[in-house]
Amino acid sequence: MRAALIRYSPLLLLAIAWQLVSQFELVSSTALPPLTQIGSAWIDLLTSGDLQKNAAPSLYRGGAGLMLAIGFGTALGIAMAWWRPVNVVAGPLVEAFYPMPKSALIPVTVIWLGFGDGSKILLIFLGCMLPVTIGAFNGARSTEQVLVWSARCMGASRLRMMWDVVLPSALPELLNGIRTALALAFILMVTSELIVAREGLGNLIGFLGANGSYAAMYAVVLTVAFLGFAADRIYQFFMQRMLAWRETGMA
Amino acid sequence: MSALVNAGELSPAARLLRAAGRTAAHLGSIAALLVAWEVFARSGAVTMFMLPPFSAVAERIWADAVDGNLWLNIGLTLYRTIVGFLLASVIGIGLGIAMARTRLARWFFDPIISIGFPMPKVVFLPVVILWLGVFDVSKITMVTIEAVFPVVTATVLGIQGVDHELLWSARNMGAKDRELLWQVLLPAALPQIMTGIQVALPIALVVAVFTEMAMGGFGLGGVMMQSSRFADSRGVFAGIVEIAVVGYCVVKGLAILRWRLLLWHQEAMAPSTV
Repeated sequence: MRAALIRYSPLLLLAIAWQLVSQFELVSSTALPPLTQIGSAWIDLLTSGDLQKNAAPSLYRGGAGLMLAIGFGTALGIAMAWWRPVNVVAGPLVEAFYPMPKSALIPVTVIWLGFGDGSKILLIFLGCMLPVTIGAFNGARSTEQVLVWSARCMGASRLRMMWDVVLPSALPELLNGIRTALALAFILMVTSELIVAREGLGNLIGFLGANGSYAAMYAVVLTVAFLGFAADRIYQFFMQRMLAWRETGMA
Repeated sequence: MSALVNAGELSPAARLLRAAGRTAAHLGSIAALLVAWEVFARSGAVTMFMLPPFSAVAERIWADAVDGNLWLNIGLTLYRTIVGFLLASVIGIGLGIAMARTRLARWFFDPIISIGFPMPKVVFLPVVILWLGVFDVSKITMVTIEAVFPVVTATVLGIQGVDHELLWSARNMGAKDRELLWQVLLPAALPQIMTGIQVALPIALVVAVFTEMAMGGFGLGGVMMQSSRFADSRGVFAGIVEIAVVGYCVVKGLAILRWRLLLWHQEAMAPSTV
């Protein structure tokens, strides 16, 4: 407890500095409302239900897009590592599209699927798929040949071998790729909602900002930032659990 | 390992042939995608609005290139990306060195970095607009905020991972702090720092395009958003192709720079992965 307090004391100092600076009007309190005001705005949003009402579609879009990306990305990555023709066809495409800024696809997904959930899910799926693919590809490629040979020798079918040998040994890199995808999912969720949406947390931020209720806007901004942070920490916890079977030192 | 030896034994002509073959395979797959796009768009399964054929999009890009708008927009987007990215690199490396070498800096910045890294920092865009307006300053600030984190963490890890024997030897031979930093620590940590920078560059481009889309004005993202508002889907697809090509070139360019900078390092000799 005490160690945590010392470790996170700089954040506390920053928070106090923030409060003092805006309390004494060193900067305009519209540009930087005091933390206390932001806190009460946050409680107002919570009691009126605005926050929950907008968080639900956002999290649904993020979750659905990410799940699709994990499913397809893993399958594609492993296929690329194990079947040469797949790699020959898909490899250059993955390489060409990986550096492309995915937020550029926002208008296209809107043209295809409209303003609702569909376009956001498609965007998040497209944006998150490639990091997962590359993680799965690198992981599956580094599978020890001896393990593969042993499994084949003991009569495992190709599919069985994929499931029991290749996938587990690809897991560390795959899970890292998914972590990148998780962060990207939040970024794409917020950006797409800020630019075109009728509901969702990003849309709420834009709406509050346009109305000049800056304390409430800050409250939602900080909520989204915290959600992203919390999702990453929870994921890391699961990642450690899932990799607990690995011999230490190998990871 | 055997692949490495074989590559060394190949005659220059054979190596050239192999590289040409690989490039052809790459281009073939991209060309196949473009042909599929063209055929699918003309097949009547989708409307011209949903997917204009590639030839129409290419025509549009050509027209933009001839009247010079294309170069203006690419230049603006690259300017914002690269200024923000360079700021992020300088700040990130400086902060990383400070955090790796002094306890006070580590105490203060460590929780901030560890909490800030996983946050979706694009969400602070309205706040930055509120403070700095909608012009280049706020766009570049957003790029820097988002791109600085991978550089800091990579620098800290890189410098902390430098072999102690290297440090002791340098000290023993009378190196001062400044010499130690420039001649031992930074070069030894360079591979990891470069990795952090290579993560930061695509992020910088993503954020630059996004801020342009959100704030409007010129630049690849802004122009694309404008086409989208006027339901000009040819313009939207032209924008996507342009952004994809710029992204690819920028990332490839940095990979080449890494290879040049690290020629002395053993990694330059290993066959590249992906």
